[in-house]
Amino acid sequence: MIGYLAHRIMLMVPTLIGISLITFIIIQLPPGDFLSTMIAECEAQGESSCKEQVAVLTEEFGLDKPVWQQYLIWVSDLLQGNMGISFEYNKPVAEVIGESLYLTIIVAGSTIIFTWIVAFPIGVYSATHQYSWGDHGLTLLGFLGLATPNFLLALVMLFLANVWFGTSIGGLMDPQYVDQPWTWGKFVSILEHLWIPVVVIGTSGTAGLIRRLRANLLDELQKQYVVTARAKGLSPGKALVKYPLRMALNPFIADIGNLLPQVISGAVIVSVVLSLPTTGPILLRALQTQDMFLAGSFLMCLAFLTVIGVLISDLLLAVLDPRIRLAGGAGH
Amino acid sequence: MTPLVDIRDLRVQFLVGDGAVQAVKGVSFAIPAGRTLALVGESGSGKTVISQTLMRILPQNAEITGGQVLFNDPAKPDDAPVDLVALPADGKMMRQIRGGSISIIFQEPMTSLSPLHTVGDQVGEALLLHRNCSKPEAKELTVEMLRLVGFPDPEKAWRAYPFELSGGLRQRAMISMALVCRPSLLIADEPTTALDVTIQAQILKLIADLQAELGMAVLMITHDLGVVANVAEDVVVMYHGEVMEQGGLRDIFGDPRHPYLKGLLAAVPRFDMKPGERLIPLREIKQDRSALKRPEREAWPEGADDRMLTIEHLTKTFSVRNKGWLARGSTQHLAVDDISFDVRRGECLGLVGESGCGKTTTSKMIMKALTPDSGTVTFNDRGTPVDIAALEGDKLFDYRRKVQFIFQDPFGSLNPRMTVFDIISEPLVIHKIGTPAERAERAMELMRLVGLDVRHLRRYPHSFSGGQRQRIGIARALALEPELLICDEPVSALDVSIQAQILNLLKDLQKELGLTYLFISHNLAVIDYMADRIAVMCSGRLVEQASREDIFKNPVHPYTKALLAAVPEPNPDRKLDLTALMAGRASIPSAWPEPFTVAEGSTLQMIDLGNGHFVRASAKPEGIAA
Repeated sequence: MIGYLAHRIMLMVPTLIGISLITFIIIQLPPGDFLSTMIAECEAQGESSCKEQVAVLTEEFGLDKPVWQQYLIWVSDLLQGNMGISFEYNKPVAEVIGESLYLTIIVAGSTIIFTWIVAFPIGVYSATHQYSWGDHGLTLLGFLGLATPNFLLALVMLFLANVWFGTSIGGLMDPQYVDQPWTWGKFVSILEHLWIPVVVIGTSGTAGLIRRLRANLLDELQKQYVVTARAKGLSPGKALVKYPLRMALNPFIADIGNLLPQVISGAVIVSVVLSLPTTGPILLRALQTQDMFLAGSFLMCLAFLTVIGVLISDLLLAVLDPRIRLAGGAGH
Repeated sequence: MTPLVDIRDLRVQFLVGDGAVQAVKGVSFAIPAGRTLALVGESGSGKTVISQTLMRILPQNAEITGGQVLFNDPAKPDDAPVDLVALPADGKMMRQIRGGSISIIFQEPMTSLSPLHTVGDQVGEALLLHRNCSKPEAKELTVEMLRLVGFPDPEKAWRAYPFELSGGLRQRAMISMALVCRPSLLIADEPTTALDVTIQAQILKLIADLQAELGMAVLMITHDLGVVANVAEDVVVMYHGEVMEQGGLRDIFGDPRHPYLKGLLAAVPRFDMKPGERLIPLREIKQDRSALKRPEREAWPEGADDRMLTIEHLTKTFSVRNKGWLARGSTQHLAVDDISFDVRRGECLGLVGESGCGKTTTSKMIMKALTPDSGTVTFNDRGTPVDIAALEGDKLFDYRRKVQFIFQDPFGSLNPRMTVFDIISEPLVIHKIGTPAERAERAMELMRLVGLDVRHLRRYPHSFSGGQRQRIGIARALALEPELLICDEPVSALDVSIQAQILNLLKDLQKELGLTYLFISHNLAVIDYMADRIAVMCSGRLVEQASREDIFKNPVHPYTKALLAAVPEPNPDRKLDLTALMAGRASIPSAWPEPFTVAEGSTLQMIDLGNGHFVRASAKPEGIAA
């Protein structure tokens, strides 16, 4: 067990090195960079002070050195926990991301919970009542959810929420609470705004989850061991939960690996449309303006979370499924 | 005396697509308490539907349209009989009976247990449901039951997961689950069909022993008349949802009245068949003999070696990687250990052994689908020996034309997205033989050859039955006019009546097309019917090789003897001798007596007993006349 864990963690190192290389190269690929744009702007305005500022930054991050040295400086800074400075915000990257992080986690966490709470009962119902009217109706709803573009749904719901409930347009809270300390009013205001992004972001996820759960469960329901369980005298409900449902869960546990990075990056387009103060739009903006340390460190965070997430879901799978734990590659 | 279960005029139908199919059409019979009743029939005869009706676990599209199933619970002798059909299927009363008073074991031990729960959990669950007992009591009773069904270490088995057990042990776990509540009726639905013969004999013995101990009735559902003759006291024969014949075992076998039963008995290969006697399938294939023509080939050169395939010291080791947390690293598994044999031109060599003995690995090495670790496979191309290990490019391509393969699984071996025409003509396309018109002509010829309607060439495989699919597979294998056909268990997935069709077809084709067969099977009776010479494999080793007569009349090796003893014959006068099975140790090489013992690291030689009879031993066994 400990050997396995050590092995897996060792494997993460080359993976992360590879990802960091690719990330860095991609960020360097487009012509120009943030600083040269900044200098051009300064010169156009006839200012001279910003030149010194640029010189300081260039010195600190070795931006005049060859690319491979820049990469090494960036990586060694990252390893020391220094994610660099965002040129645009003129603040350390950690601060820029950190501010919006907790709101992102609230939105993403609620979305995941919403998705699971809605999708599980529907998926199980659809599978156990295959081809019934209920199944057909829910399947239709699911396809509608999959097919509707998120941003469109977001706009429609914003409009409706404003017309029906008077909720302010955009953001996660009423404007007067922005940048204010936590109060009960702020909390209520967040709740009032939260449901729109949760429903919008969650719709397609829910629909996908329903389809997959239905398909998995239908496969499992055909299996002989389900008949064995019934033949033992178990009631249908108990038999369903103990045997096929448990088996059908594996793909979802494997999915946890993908959830972690999603929590951070969020649904970018929806966030932009709803002008949510989450991390998604920040990343988008950083990539557009070639704010290299913000974009690079952000992407590395995502990669790291993905790798950790996959490890967690593998460990969970092994804990829950004895075949993975004990049989290994014996080919059963 | 009132019977345990009285089935009266039972009717069950299945709703499919646009109508209803009658699966059981007014069946009546009684299951007496404490006795064994065998329900015999082909697949599709409705025997499994009856068992599902008794348990009320019919699929959702099935509907009971009439009749009664009266159950007299011996635990409540004063109560009036319960009509199982009238109870709600998932109601409390039916759930009490299901698993408590009537329980069932299934054919597939591999899939009928949940892989995520321990054996103890799954077996004990039945106790917790039906007997008023606490968890520690349930564990105690479960462990006791596991001991009773023959687990050497029941405590360990209680904690084990099903995938850690072999097929035979899984079936034992399944039996313990069915019996742990001491039911008055055990339904065994093809309990041994998926198992090797030696394991089958053990399981049948186990069921019989437990039946005597627990005093329960057994409803044995099977298509294997050999099993019926060995275990049943009463027999009910079913065909297309109707009872054809019923009576005591000896009446049924001694004096079969109904033509269906007579036909069924004639379709099963037996050991006491006269030389040249043919099996009579229930439905004969209408083969178009005009399509039979010997492929034009160069004549076999005068004086050339007539060994078509020579295999010398073939060895293959698989390294099994343990990815589990508890056992990392890899273990070496010797799949094929120093095997030598040859296949002569025009003969059928039977390769027999249990699952996992290395038969299929050997055949794959002959096909060059696997590379042996050491040893050679030499193909005799009209006097020119060809080492297949050295074959590459065009020469390998040529070799592929000469050696073809018939697979076991008629469902998995045909691509469901290709029409029959595409399947049969694909080898010709790959080998660039003929124009499209000639290929079409050839495909029709092959269809006639295997007795299929040429009008069906444009259909897809799913519209054919298992036997018809297997014939499509044969037609595909014959498309290239091969010289050697490797048949890997070609009939083990088929019903007995279909099996006779395919065996006869293969026999005719061999004779008329001058083919050479390597026939792989675990079924000795089938091998006996097909093969001229037989090679017996066990645990990756060739243990005995001889002509067909010698193997059956004069087996020398203990494993061969056990294998022969374990085959149930469809003859009530010759029941299985279970003592010859060495209590299940016959397939463990280190348990064989001297001079056959295989100790760690030692290799035994094949010893010539004369007359082409070889046995693997350290010295010539005593009492054998050379």
